[in-house]
Amino acid sequence: MLAPTLVASPHAHAPVSIERTMRLVMLALLPATLLGLWQFGWPAIVLFAVTLGAALLFEALALLLAGKPLKPSLLDGSALLTGWLLALTLPPWAPWWIGVVGAFVAIIVGKQVFGGLGQNLFNPAMVARVVLLVSFPLEMTQWVGPQPLFFAQTPGLGDALTISLDGLSAPWDAMSGASILGQVDLALQQGSDLGAAMPTLFPPLGALFGGIPGSLGETSALLLLLGGLFLLRKGVIDWVIPVAVLLGVAVPASLLHLLDPTRFAGPLLHLLAGATLLTAFFIATDPVTSPVSRLGQAVFGAGIGLLIYLIRTFGAYPEGAAFAILLMNAATPMVDHYLKPRIFGRDRRGQALPVAGDAAGERKR
Amino acid sequence: MRLFTIRGGVHPEDRKALSAGRPIEVLPIPKLLHIPLQQHIGAIANPLVQRRQYVAKGERIAHAQGAVSAPIHAPTSGRIVGLGLYPANHPSGLSVRTITLQPDGKDRWHKRIEGVADPFALEPAEIAQRVADAGVVGLGGATFPSAVKLGLGKRYALSTLVINGSECEPYLTCDDQLMREQAEAIVDGARLMARALGVERILFGIEGNKPEALAAVQQATAAFDGVEVVRLPMRYPMGSEKHLVQTLTGKETPARGLTADIGVVVHNPATAFAVYEALRFGQPLVSRVISVTGGAISAPKNLRVLIGTKIEDLVEHCSRFREEPARLIAGGPMMGQPIPELRVPVMKGTNGILALTAAETGRREPAPCIRCGSCVQACPCGLLPLAMAAQVRAGDLDAAVSSGLMDCIGCGSCAYVCPAHLPLVQCFNHAKGELAARGRAKQKQTETKRLAEHRAQRLEAQKRAKREAMAKRKREADLKKQAEAAADSEGAAASTPAAAVEEVETC
Ligand code: SF4
Ligand code: SF4
Repeated sequence: MLAPTLVASPHAHAPVSIERTMRLVMLALLPATLLGLWQFGWPAIVLFAVTLGAALLFEALALLLAGKPLKPSLLDGSALLTGWLLALTLPPWAPWWIGVVGAFVAIIVGKQVFGGLGQNLFNPAMVARVVLLVSFPLEMTQWVGPQPLFFAQTPGLGDALTISLDGLSAPWDAMSGASILGQVDLALQQGSDLGAAMPTLFPPLGALFGGIPGSLGETSALLLLLGGLFLLRKGVIDWVIPVAVLLGVAVPASLLHLLDPTRFAGPLLHLLAGATLLTAFFIATDPVTSPVSRLGQAVFGAGIGLLIYLIRTFGAYPEGAAFAILLMNAATPMVDHYLKPRIFGRDRRGQALPVAGDAAGERKR
Repeated sequence: MRLFTIRGGVHPEDRKALSAGRPIEVLPIPKLLHIPLQQHIGAIANPLVQRRQYVAKGERIAHAQGAVSAPIHAPTSGRIVGLGLYPANHPSGLSVRTITLQPDGKDRWHKRIEGVADPFALEPAEIAQRVADAGVVGLGGATFPSAVKLGLGKRYALSTLVINGSECEPYLTCDDQLMREQAEAIVDGARLMARALGVERILFGIEGNKPEALAAVQQATAAFDGVEVVRLPMRYPMGSEKHLVQTLTGKETPARGLTADIGVVVHNPATAFAVYEALRFGQPLVSRVISVTGGAISAPKNLRVLIGTKIEDLVEHCSRFREEPARLIAGGPMMGQPIPELRVPVMKGTNGILALTAAETGRREPAPCIRCGSCVQACPCGLLPLAMAAQVRAGDLDAAVSSGLMDCIGCGSCAYVCPAHLPLVQCFNHAKGELAARGRAKQKQTETKRLAEHRAQRLEAQKRAKREAMAKRKREADLKKQAEAAADSEGAAASTPAAAVEEVETC
């Protein structure tokens, strides 16, 4: 009755799969995403839909060209998640083609040319973000304040299509401005005292609940944090990377803020504003492009946090999360090589542990 | 008692409720017993019986060969009806040398089966010898001859005997149930083993999911000094010898070493029970307790079964399957082996028969590795399973070995948590098999080389001898000419054929 099965142990499996991981990450992103879509209205909804659709399309195209079966890869959710993460980091009213170009770079250049899922060195969404930022600096830095759906001055679906097709023009361009981090940079350049300017520039409650200009999905720190905690709770991500990223940002920010509060913003701004939380919980934790050992992950996360802070504070860009991720992605193979776990019964160099009794001559043999 | 944490490990759903607490039932004597001669690690046993011979229960039917081996005894009284090949309880399904016994139903013990009145008065070596004669092997599944392990006290400075009652594999409840029902016998056997080893301290490690067993053993040990019962945290693979010892003592066994290197010897409670039976009653190991369980079994049970009983008979006794099992396993789900067909026999090391449904196996098609590191976090040995698997896949076995392939205990924790469902253990087993084959080939090669060199040397020696003989003959001829002593040359000529014979013998 039973054919000999040459399957090896184990014959049980934890209830995990790649699809489940991707599904749960998207679920965790949903609250922050919905809030962003509501806040920024129809133009944001159009951009989000176009970016995700394009990501799936390019994935399918690449699979067809490579002659690989469509179904398992398309359905594992990885392309959708890449598109989703990219969309969340875009300016909410960016034109539609930003989403398409971004999806192309992410899926084709960032992932498929490396050989598909699991093979890429760099986080695809972040590759796309950096390419977009460098190639289209204007479109990538036009931020709008929240214009929630169903209010009088907010653009309707028709206006949204105009914005999406033609870019920001009158009268909507009047609503655009710098992101919160950009505003802080600007204030510094104008020589204002940050300590005095902060309360008006950066209302912490606004950052928590999403009332400040910023990328599509980065504005509500609270919802991102909740999503991250959900993933931790579900065991989808490990705590090491998020904690290391947050500490990597908070520690230098606190130190410099203590030294000179007029020039350096405090840790709260750096933790709550911009891409910090999205990066810590959703982007730096990308399994493919992060180290595999706990120790390596700690180094990786701390490096990202520190780089975010340094680029924001001393670099040319007001936000440095994408650059920080890519730099640490590049370091991942080295980190993996040097920070391996210690093998049971061996020392760090791989030599068998000495037998305790040897020296004392205890061993009778 | 302070416990130490081990690295990695997983928390599989334990599924023990299926058969936990079910009293051990004695399986009726089956119609036929198929007793394989290789049921232990080491050299195959040598049969002592002939076809049609009548044997009594407990009579030795095959004896141990060499230092690491174990004898085999008749599980019941009856007639030997076969001595040949029979399918093995091994995934390959290959046939192995097997004695077939037709029970006469009387289950009559051999008349010389007799216990020792006061086994604690025996010399340690005598205890080990009796354990060896009883054919006792590690019943946790490792099947290493127990007497060899009991002799470690001669070569190592030992301090502690650990009884491994963790039973960390999901589903299995045979040790649990045996500890509940036979705690005193197990403690007695453990104390005898401690005497054989020359150690004063005994630690019973039992996972916290077996409160009844913990209580029973606690009670049975209360009267003895130096015996401690430890409640272990539930984590797989707590039952891995080296990890259990680390949990209990904080000491780490050196790579490629034995726990004896750090003064500890580990035995299983069922083995302790077998030692008790061997010493107190003189009964050799002819039966064992097995959990027959899994979601596809109609009535999961703990059974005491004669060695050599067909698995089919066990399944039959448990009212067969409630649904067609997706997988049949001998052992636990984490490290057990697939059963090739139902007619293969129970062996000394068979601790469980699992009939698992498709849902229970959780099998899925493998996907690409997403480098998530779950396997790295889960590995109790600190290895990088994803890297080793990649190296094996690329055919670079040397790289896999330097990554620690030989330190892998095959526990399956990595594959259990892999979201890509990669068959990591299968990959490592394949590589280990390949390395073993290479090792054998290499050994053969060096042996051939050694023989070839040996032969060249000998030929060289022969040539030299011939030259000398020629020279001698020449001298002798010269002498002969002078002294006319012709008979002397015969001795030298005779040496040549003798050398030729020697050559044929050694090559
Ligand atoms: S658990 Fe599986 S997918 Fe994750 S790194 Fe290990 S092998 Fe790759
Ligand atoms: S099977 Fe080997 S590599 Fe995998 S977790 Fe166990 S010891 Fe580590």
